[in-house]
Amino acid sequence: MTQKTTATRAGNRSVLLRRICLGAGIAGAAIVGAAIVGAAPALAAGWEPTKPVEFIVPAGTGGGADQMARLLQGIITKNNLMKQPMIVVNKSAGAGAEGFLAIKEAKGDPNKIVITLSNLFTTPLATGVPFNWKDLTPVAMLALDQFVLWVNADTPYKTAKEYLDAAKAAGPNKFKMGGTGSKQEDQIITVAVEKAAGVKFIYVPFKGGGDVAVQLVGKHIDSSVNNPIEAVAQWRAGQLRALCVFDGERMPYKSKVTATMSWNDIPSCKEAGVGVDYLMLRGIFMPAGVTKEQVDFYVDLFKKVRETAEWKKFMEDGAFNATFMSGPEFTKWVEKTESTHKDLMREAGFLAKP
Amino acid sequence: MNDKDRSGEETGIPKRTVEVAVALLLFTCGAIVVFDSHRLGSSWGSDGPESGYFPFYIGMLICLSSLATLGQVMFAQWRDRKTTFSGAVARRRGLFVAWGPLRQVLSVLIPALVYVLFVQLIGIYVASAVYIALFMVWLGKYTWLRGMVVGLCVNTGFFLMFEVWFKVPLFKGAFDPLWWLGF
Amino acid sequence: MLELSALFHGFAVVLSPFNMLLMLIGIVLGVIIGVLPGLGGANGVAILLPLTFTMPPTSAIIMLSCIYWGALFGGAITSVLFNIPGEPWSVATTFDGYPMAQQGRAGEALTAAFTSSFVGAFFAVLMITFLAPLVARFALKFGPPEFFAVYLLTFCSFIGMGKGSPFKTLASMMLGFALAAVGMDTVTGQLRLTFGFHDLMRGFDFLIAVIGLFGIGEILLSMEEGLSFTGKTAKIDLKVVISTWKKLPAYWLTSLRSTLIGIWMGITPGGATPASFMSYGVAKRMSKDGGKFGSGQIEGVIAPETAAHAAGTSALLPMLALGIPGSPTAAVLLGGLLIWGLQPGPLLFVEQKDFVWGLIASMYLGNLAGLIVVLTCVPLFAAILRVPFSIIAPVIVVICAIGAYTVHNAMLDIWFMMLFGVMGYFFKKLDYPLAPLVLALVLGDRAEDSFRQTMLISQGDLRIFYSNWLVGSITGLALMMLFWPVLSKVIGRLRDA
Repeated sequence: MTQKTTATRAGNRSVLLRRICLGAGIAGAAIVGAAIVGAAPALAAGWEPTKPVEFIVPAGTGGGADQMARLLQGIITKNNLMKQPMIVVNKSAGAGAEGFLAIKEAKGDPNKIVITLSNLFTTPLATGVPFNWKDLTPVAMLALDQFVLWVNADTPYKTAKEYLDAAKAAGPNKFKMGGTGSKQEDQIITVAVEKAAGVKFIYVPFKGGGDVAVQLVGKHIDSSVNNPIEAVAQWRAGQLRALCVFDGERMPYKSKVTATMSWNDIPSCKEAGVGVDYLMLRGIFMPAGVTKEQVDFYVDLFKKVRETAEWKKFMEDGAFNATFMSGPEFTKWVEKTESTHKDLMREAGFLAKP
Repeated sequence: MNDKDRSGEETGIPKRTVEVAVALLLFTCGAIVVFDSHRLGSSWGSDGPESGYFPFYIGMLICLSSLATLGQVMFAQWRDRKTTFSGAVARRRGLFVAWGPLRQVLSVLIPALVYVLFVQLIGIYVASAVYIALFMVWLGKYTWLRGMVVGLCVNTGFFLMFEVWFKVPLFKGAFDPLWWLGF
Repeated sequence: MLELSALFHGFAVVLSPFNMLLMLIGIVLGVIIGVLPGLGGANGVAILLPLTFTMPPTSAIIMLSCIYWGALFGGAITSVLFNIPGEPWSVATTFDGYPMAQQGRAGEALTAAFTSSFVGAFFAVLMITFLAPLVARFALKFGPPEFFAVYLLTFCSFIGMGKGSPFKTLASMMLGFALAAVGMDTVTGQLRLTFGFHDLMRGFDFLIAVIGLFGIGEILLSMEEGLSFTGKTAKIDLKVVISTWKKLPAYWLTSLRSTLIGIWMGITPGGATPASFMSYGVAKRMSKDGGKFGSGQIEGVIAPETAAHAAGTSALLPMLALGIPGSPTAAVLLGGLLIWGLQPGPLLFVEQKDFVWGLIASMYLGNLAGLIVVLTCVPLFAAILRVPFSIIAPVIVVICAIGAYTVHNAMLDIWFMMLFGVMGYFFKKLDYPLAPLVLALVLGDRAEDSFRQTMLISQGDLRIFYSNWLVGSITGLALMMLFWPVLSKVIGRLRDA
């Protein structure tokens, strides 16, 4: 560990050095000639990244966060929104702890950003790995991801109530709920549903959301709480049925997704009589100790991304709640959400044993 | 796998010592695994095995199999005492590695370890260039010029490939000597 | 017939000069990526994905799938030449490929590997062309118990391969399992065997172990015998391709068997790596030269390569038809589909005909183009062995270090790789077999996850493993494989009597 800290310290120093010697750096680059295409011109107003931006994904390749990160990378590259390239790096070990620790250790490095999901809150609480969102600098909320209660389309359950009544009638530990990971958002929702409806599921953890959807189609589990984007393909093909969305109100997207339904046609769980709502953060954070200018650059960058047609389409395809937040408003939101998670996880008994 | 040296006087590290050392090391590994699994809970819970269930038995099996290997080595030693070989034959039979080859192995292993240490300090590119050059000069008896040319060319190639084309940042080290390149 | 006309339409889409150029570029890039350990197909495709955003989706997917082909071909090169598997699924190729190279038959081994890759992939594409919807439904039948049964089958078909001390085999395999258990436990979310070190959270990646055990270990071993790699005096020209091809038809049964194993593992989706191990194990059991496996048998190269590529290719099928990736590379490609505004899943075949058939057509052409490119380069690759040891050895160490680093972008992994190198040296000299360790490391956590998911589903009831015909027959087959040595003896006795 000591080696790591010296490394970071030296890293900071070299960042500083780099900024001071930027002019010299460009001169040096010119001499070396090769390699440097578009090294940061320091002349433009405000701050800009000085080297390729490392975009850390604290989740595996192919998952929801990864897809979003790669889409962002694609949009930024395609529309030339940033001069330096953006490099997506997956650091998924320990339910994302690896990625967050990397950002924590990169204190003061403005060329690193991380996309977060709920594991920003759940992982430290469930595993006791020492990091907290306060070790990072909140940049912006890109969107909120919804959760939907899905069942196989061949089952007779048409509403959430019918399904939960059946689960209740069957007795505890008969119905199987699939989800991603253990002691993370999917299981938290499952526990909340159990409490609200007075049922008891067998929770079966899988590695990724795509797996869960397919297991549900194959009837190896009875229901799932997938994100819309994880199950939309099977929904459109008529293999899955959406019962309700875990939110106070319905999703706003009214264009038809399946032959007969739009996202808006899925009732909210509240109106279906299950008072559970849960939204997952898809936001961007930076290491601690960065300047306001640097944060502003990224806020501005993601504002531009939001304006693109590709992003809008992605939001609709995945039925995201496209709320955007930054600055103190976002920080306050994160603070509130953290305490919600703490309560939820305490009630569920998911907190790490000290 | 026995040493191929013809001379009866060749000495080195006895195979038995290494066998015992490796078996003991494996036993320690197994014990650590057992210990940590026990901490996590190693029983068969209400809904299937707990986190430590499989590692617990895996650790146990490592311990048992290393003990068995240890026993075999001891037994072989006891049996060999009964039959008499001439000294040189016995020694050749029981050699893990003779001093000569060992020196050669170490002449690669130690620089490689030093190389990794330098990677930690000054990053992959510079450390690799120096390592290739030194290896060629010391072990391959090439001239300094050749060594440096090969070292530089290979690493410039890697640099272009990873940093420039594929955009895969490699380790730059605690004291990044290439910071002025801007990657 | 509908498929055929659609396929020809697909060919028409692919065969434009621009697309052909992209294919060539893709294959060359792919081979480079495949050769560098650590920088696997998934990485490569992910890295190059942004390049394709500005292209039309069909051209982009053609280029990406060609990168994928290239990487599949490239993985075999370092396995044969230096005993360093460039990709996880090339590990089994080293078992016989490297001894062949040591005997001066590197060209032969490479040709066999490339040709088998082509054959395996070709049949998998044929299967995708004609049976896609049917097979996709079959993949849905796989739940946790079935997955566990498949892993069990892989272990059972491979176990009992070692000749040495059974205790050492056991120790080696269990060490593999123990290493696989390090990190987070998926089922409970607890950290195991990390002892509070955050760097251990990542666990021990299979590639790091393999690069160390095989690559560095091999260099240390060859140092004992002086400063050289053996086999460098091999005669090298393109004739070796023809002469090898003449030998290959004799092994049609092995090829066929391996193709079937591969296709089956690809769609289930067990993946290319278990497929290659299983196929090698089965070939060893079934071949009349089984006893000589590991000493440079050409069959020992054909079996794993054919299966790995059949699996790698058919892994694209669940991705297209179900939207689940059968391999990490497929996962990244899946991300690509979304970015181009295509929705993978059951409706892709209906809604995006041009794209799907363009992709399938590009699979045929990419595979063929890849084969031609790599075969013409066989002499070039084999010539690498002529580079003096004191130049190539440090370069290999550097490549190993880069490979170990790129897996997780972690410096500590380079240290682990060196540690595994030393371990490989000791284990090899003391006759601890390495293959069981590697197999346990690559499949251990997956097998455990699926077993425990099964136990959750059945609430601790082991009878679930023969609860339906599918899981029952796989489990039965696994047990048969396990007791094969005994069984074959009994059958032999009965026949004699």
